[in-house]
This record gives sequence, C-alpha cells and structure tokens, in this order.
Amino acid sequence: MIESDVAVALRGITKIFGKTVANHKVSLDIKRGEVLAILGENGSGKTTLMNALAGIYAPDEGHIYINGEEVEITSPRIAFSYGIGMIHQHFKLVDVLTAAENIILGLKEPGGMNLKKVGLRVEEICEAYGFDLNPQKKVYDMSVSEKQTLEIVKVLYRGADILILDEPTAVLTPQETNKLFAVLKNMREDGKAIVIITHKLHEVMEISDRVAVLRKGEYIGEIQTSKTNPQELTNMMVGRAVSLNIDRPEPQNRELRIEVKNLNVVSEDGIQKLKDVSFQAFSGEILGIAGISGSGQKELLEAIAGLQKASSGEILFINDDGTSENLIGRNPVAIAQKGITLSFVPEDRLGMGLVGNMDLSDNMMLRSYRKGSGPFTDRKSPHALAERVVEELSVMTPSIETPVRRLSGGNVQKVLVGREISLSPRVLLTAYAVRGLDINSSYTIYDLLNRQKALGVAVIYVGEDLDVLLELCDRILVLCAGHVTGVVDGRSITKEEVGLLMTQHGKEEAADE
Amino acid sequence: MDAILSFFMTFLPRAVAQSVPLLCGATGEILTEKSGNLNLGIPGIMYVGAISGVIGAFFYENSGLQFIPAVAIIIPIVCSLLGSFLMGLLYCFLTVTLRANQNVTGLALTTFGIGVGNFFGGSLITLVESDVPSIVLSNTSACFKMRLINSANPGWFEALFLNYTFMTYAAIAIAIICGFILKRTKVGLHLRAVGENPATADAAGINVTRYKYLSTCIGSMIAGLGGMYYVLDYMNGIWSNDGFGDRGWLAIALVIFTIWRPGASVWASILFGGLYILHIFIPTGTDMAIKEIYKMLPYLVTIIVLVVVSLRKKKENQPPASLGLAYFREER
Repeated sequence: MIESDVAVALRGITKIFGKTVANHKVSLDIKRGEVLAILGENGSGKTTLMNALAGIYAPDEGHIYINGEEVEITSPRIAFSYGIGMIHQHFKLVDVLTAAENIILGLKEPGGMNLKKVGLRVEEICEAYGFDLNPQKKVYDMSVSEKQTLEIVKVLYRGADILILDEPTAVLTPQETNKLFAVLKNMREDGKAIVIITHKLHEVMEISDRVAVLRKGEYIGEIQTSKTNPQELTNMMVGRAVSLNIDRPEPQNRELRIEVKNLNVVSEDGIQKLKDVSFQAFSGEILGIAGISGSGQKELLEAIAGLQKASSGEILFINDDGTSENLIGRNPVAIAQKGITLSFVPEDRLGMGLVGNMDLSDNMMLRSYRKGSGPFTDRKSPHALAERVVEELSVMTPSIETPVRRLSGGNVQKVLVGREISLSPRVLLTAYAVRGLDINSSYTIYDLLNRQKALGVAVIYVGEDLDVLLELCDRILVLCAGHVTGVVDGRSITKEEVGLLMTQHGKEEAADE
Repeated sequence: MDAILSFFMTFLPRAVAQSVPLLCGATGEILTEKSGNLNLGIPGIMYVGAISGVIGAFFYENSGLQFIPAVAIIIPIVCSLLGSFLMGLLYCFLTVTLRANQNVTGLALTTFGIGVGNFFGGSLITLVESDVPSIVLSNTSACFKMRLINSANPGWFEALFLNYTFMTYAAIAIAIICGFILKRTKVGLHLRAVGENPATADAAGINVTRYKYLSTCIGSMIAGLGGMYYVLDYMNGIWSNDGFGDRGWLAIALVIFTIWRPGASVWASILFGGLYILHIFIPTGTDMAIKEIYKMLPYLVTIIVLVVVSLRKKKENQPPASLGLAYFREER
C-alpha cells in the first residue's frame, strides 16, 4: 500500500556486482515536502540504491513506483522524465564547457542552441531559491561550492521535483554547508522531495525529517529524526554499540621537532601555493591542518617530505640534542640519509602511496627496495612486514599476494599507514587519512595516530572533517589560500571559529579594496 | 611582382590539390577524436576508402555498360563510403562494444587496411594483365577532374579560387560544416561532452555508445573519401600498390596542429600540402636526401605546435579529456 504523499516507492530492490551484493531487497518511501536522509557506512549500498533510481544502474530485482505507478528506469533520461535529479558526489560536469552549456547537456528541447535564453532561465531559478551562479563561467574556473550549485541548478532546470544529493557536504566549509541547507529548506517548502545521502550524523540531525539506515546493502529501518539521537543512529548503522568519542590524551614529553619559517611555494604554473608559512610542530602532539581543499595543504606536506620545491624559507628538523637540519632542497632519499625518518601518508593512496596492481609485500618493498645484496632485492623482510601489518591492523585481505587495488578503501589505507609507521618515524605526515573510510576504519586510524603520538612522534594531520579535527588534534593550523590564518588550541576553539579562519583571508582582502 | 604571382599561381593550386586527402583525413579524425576515440587506423581506413572507390570504378569502366559521367562519379563514392564505413564500424565494435585498447586496435586497422588495399589492388592488376603494376582508370578520373571553368589561360582570380575539382570544394565544405556542428549545435555540444567526460554525458541522458559509433563511422567515411580523391582525382585514376605514402599519418598530425578544429584544418591542410611539395619547387638538384629533409617539414611544424600548446596549458587547447579511454557505465 502506497500513501498519497509518497513521490517514490522502492520495493525489494536488489543489485549485485559480480559476487558483491550491493543492495538486498531494499524497500523505501520518498515523500514530497520532506528531507529524507539515507545513512550508512561506506559500502552499505546507499549510492548504489540511489543510482538505481537515477537510471545509472539497472537493479537486478525489485520494483520502482512513482506517484503510485510502477515504472522502469533504464537510463538517466528516463529518470529526468519522471522528475528525478541526482547530484553525484563526484560532480558530473564537463570542465571545458560553461555553466549554461553544462545545464543544457542532454536536454531535448525544440529549436537550436540558445545560450542567452538558458542564461535568463538560470537566473530565474537562482533568484527563486537563493543561488549565486554565473552562466557564462567555465567549470574549470569554479570553486567546489560553485560546481555544486551548478549541479543543483542543472537538475532544477530540468524540472526535477525529486532531488537526490550524494554526500553533498563532503567538500564544503561549514559556512557553505549552512548556505546549502538553507537552500534545501527552501526547496522542501516548495514541496520537493529531497534525499540526502550521508554518513555525517550531525548533518542528519540538522537537516533531515526522516532517516533511513542501510547496513551492508540491507535496509535496517527508518526513524523520525526528531525521535532519535546520534548514538542510536550509529548503533543502527554499525550494527552494534560504538563509542563516538575520539581519544585525545594529553601530549607527553612535548619537544620542538619541526620548525617551518617563512615558507614560500610557487607551483609550476606560477601560482603562489604557500605564502610566508611559519609554524612549529612538536613531538608527542597531533597538529591538525584545516582549510578548504586546495588551500596549500598538499604543497605544505610535500615540501616537508622533500617532494615539493620551495622558492624560499626554511624547514628545520630539530634533533633530540638541539641541533637542526634544513630539509629544503633535499629529496626524500637525501632526507633519509641524514638519519631523519619521515613518514608520509599521501592523499592519493593508490597513486602516490601504493601501486594498485602490486601485492601487499611488493608494496612494502617500495620503502626498502634499496636493501638486499648486490643486484638482488630482499624479498623476505617485506613479506614478513606485510604479514605483520595484516595481523596487527586486522587488514581484510584474501592473501598477501592480492593486488592492493582489490582491497576496500579502509584496508588500502591500513596497509599504507602500517607500512609508514613500521619505519618508526620521528615525524608522521598524513593527508586526508580517513577520506572515504567508514566509521570503523576511521576509528582504527585515529587509534593508530594516537599510538604514534604516545610514542613521541610529531604527527601532522591534514583533515577535512572539522568535527574530527576538533576532537583529535591538540593544535590546529588553519590555511586559507596559502596563508596561515591561525594556529589555535584544538581543545578550546569552536567549529564556527575555525570555519571563519578558513575563509578569512579572501574576505580581508575584499574589505581592503 | 609578376614572378611572385606566377609562382603562387603554380604553387598554390598544387598545394591545394595536395591538401584535400589531408583535409578529409583530419576532419574525419577530429570528429572521431571528439567522441573520445583515438582512431590511429585512419591511414588504413583512407587506404580502404581508396581501393573501394577504385574497385567500384574499375568494374563500372570494364562492365561494357554505356558510360555515364554522373554514374561514374556516384559509384566510386558510394563504394568508398561503404568500405571506410565498414572499417569504422569494425573499430567501434572492437573499442566501444568490446572495449579493446584503442591504440592497438587503431594500429592493427592501419596494417589491415593497407593489406586489404594491396591485396585487392594486386588482384585487379592481374585481371588487366598490364605490363606495369598499376591500374589506370582514366575515364572515371576525367569525370572527377571536371572543373568550373574551362579556359586555357585563366586570370589570377580564376586560377587561385575557381580552378579546382568538385571534390576540393566538397572537402572544404565538409570541414566547415563539421566545425559549425561542433561549435554551434546541440549535437556538437553533446559530442564534445562525450569525448570530455562520458560519465557526465551519460548521466545527462546522452547515449554515449551511439555518439561514439556515429561520429567514428562518419569520421571514417569522410577520411575514406580523401583516399579515393587521391587515386581518382590527384593521381589521374592510377592505382599502384603502396602509392598513398604517409598522408594518413600527416592527417593525424594535422589534427594536433589545428588543436581539434575542423575549420582551421582548411588552411592548415593547405599549409601542410604546400610544405609536403615544397621540395619540388626548391632547386635541390638530384640530391634525394635533401628532398627527404624538406618532406619532414610538416612533422617538424607539428612538433613545434605541440610544444607551444603544451607550454600555454590552456584548457581549451588540450585533447578531449577522455581520448583513448573506453567507457563502461557500471565500472566501479
């Protein structure tokens, strides 16, 4: 029985990829004038389910009803015709085209291509819901938030009244998130059905009216947001009671380890990525780095690791006896030869960190291939190390000989972190260490970082989730467009204050003009 | 002054005549690459286009039927289009449907196409039992070489602009139309989106497979016409095996040179055509080595353009972002 305010009803949806069951007999209602949150860990099948509704995947079993009538959605075009618009996590935009061109992509409107008319209608939509978008702007010139706005305007332009947003806030600042939520509320008032896929609990609590929880491809249940709390939702999502608190022990034996003075980095295309960056990192402490993505986090870590050329400034590594070494101008091998053990967990795990097609023990060898006698490599110790990492970090893998690209994101990250900390580093650099990981894996990584901190390692943690940064880090350095806008105490600062620092630099400049 | 003008009056028409196969090949390849298919089989496809046209013309000329010029033009064109269409279809089936590697498939098609051409060319040569290893289709060629004006002593305007065969104008028109379609129409917008980001195009409701098949097959047919033009028009209807030279590769170089713009390939192909025959106009004596160095000029210019374009790093000047990659919707 389907109620009258139900826009979409999913019944018994099953989708199988090879041997993996992504969705198993999922049934769900999406109602008009309501924000439904679909909550679940990574790999719980949230995105697959919604892709089935958007016509990207064809479900293997099950029925979809729209306004009470059974429909078959075999392509995105058919989904549009039923008013379903999906905003994907990885934006589906063509970089070299303008906003207006992206909007009319695939539309079958009668007549020729009239971009002026498109621009006018885009402005109407922007006005109605409070967006800000320039139709003539090329996508490659846009910020992440602008791209997301474009995606939403695109589906509205097509007359969508059922909007699905896949992890919409993953890349936004708190301020941008608030703006997005305000717009979503406007649309809800307008009677549109909105689905938001997320694993961030506080967002579920803030924006949604109803929550549906998926776990391992199965529908666990749904609940009115007003009648639940984050702890209960987590338990539903993970399937057992989980503590949501991240440990933050007091730093022990805090000593100056890394000192960066007036570091300037200019990228190959002449853009200043870091401007006069100065800060200190201490042993036995986790220093968080916050900032909108692309504010210079990557360049900063790579400069310390010896992978990025600096145009001026100093990066000093302070030894226990107080002597210091400048790392600028040294490549990773030269740094290691100085007896400095730096470990780096890069953002791009299967690009910079590991080789996807190689197995676990070969990936361990990437750090030790110079060892061995004569022209022969030593294969035994990497193999032993791989076995130890698998056991200690409980990596789920069929065998040591499995290519790492076949592992899930969380296990890939465990392999990488395991290799890096096996070197007993003095400094551990991590970039977005929990990006794309589910709650369980994320907490394993936080534990590992805390253990390194207890061992007296200076940990530098670049993160994007402000809630985690505020709970995990002792101090937080905020970057904005390559400038340090603040180094704050992680225990006393609020999220809003950090968010403000993250966007402050540009605003100050604008005020100066 | 007169000397310069008379040089142009002899040089330019020959450069233009030389440019037509390059222009057809480049237009076809641009259309193909805009869909994300890197078709390195173009030299083979042009070869097949040429031999298909020759086969059609050969059997019509030797059929004993009454020789009608219009039919003599239509039969080779239809045969050529059909031959190169089948090559394009084969490429699409392998790379789009079966998702084979585009580079390997393309290179295999080039080898295959040249083999097919030489096989049927050789067969026809044995049929005519001639003393020289070539086929002469002078009646058909005469039809292809009909011109707008028929004056023995044309003025400079006629000589430079009106004194070409109809295939020349057709090639230029096709290139300009393709440029217009790519830039100004929805079909062009969709095609560019498919080549840049097929997943996005797919999510927007564009049939990626259909666009890839259509643009690659139409591109192959345009390129095949260039091969046919070379034999039936430029070479006066004389087919000899391996006679096409490296024009197919030059057409692909032209795609990069024009940064994927069919409109620009009109003048660029004339430039390349001119560079290709420059050695004839520069007194080099009998030293073949120096001639070969002059023949290298078009490639040298292409390399320089590549360097300049790469240095400027403008997004619009880059190849289609998904060029060379197969698209599979449910890939995870």
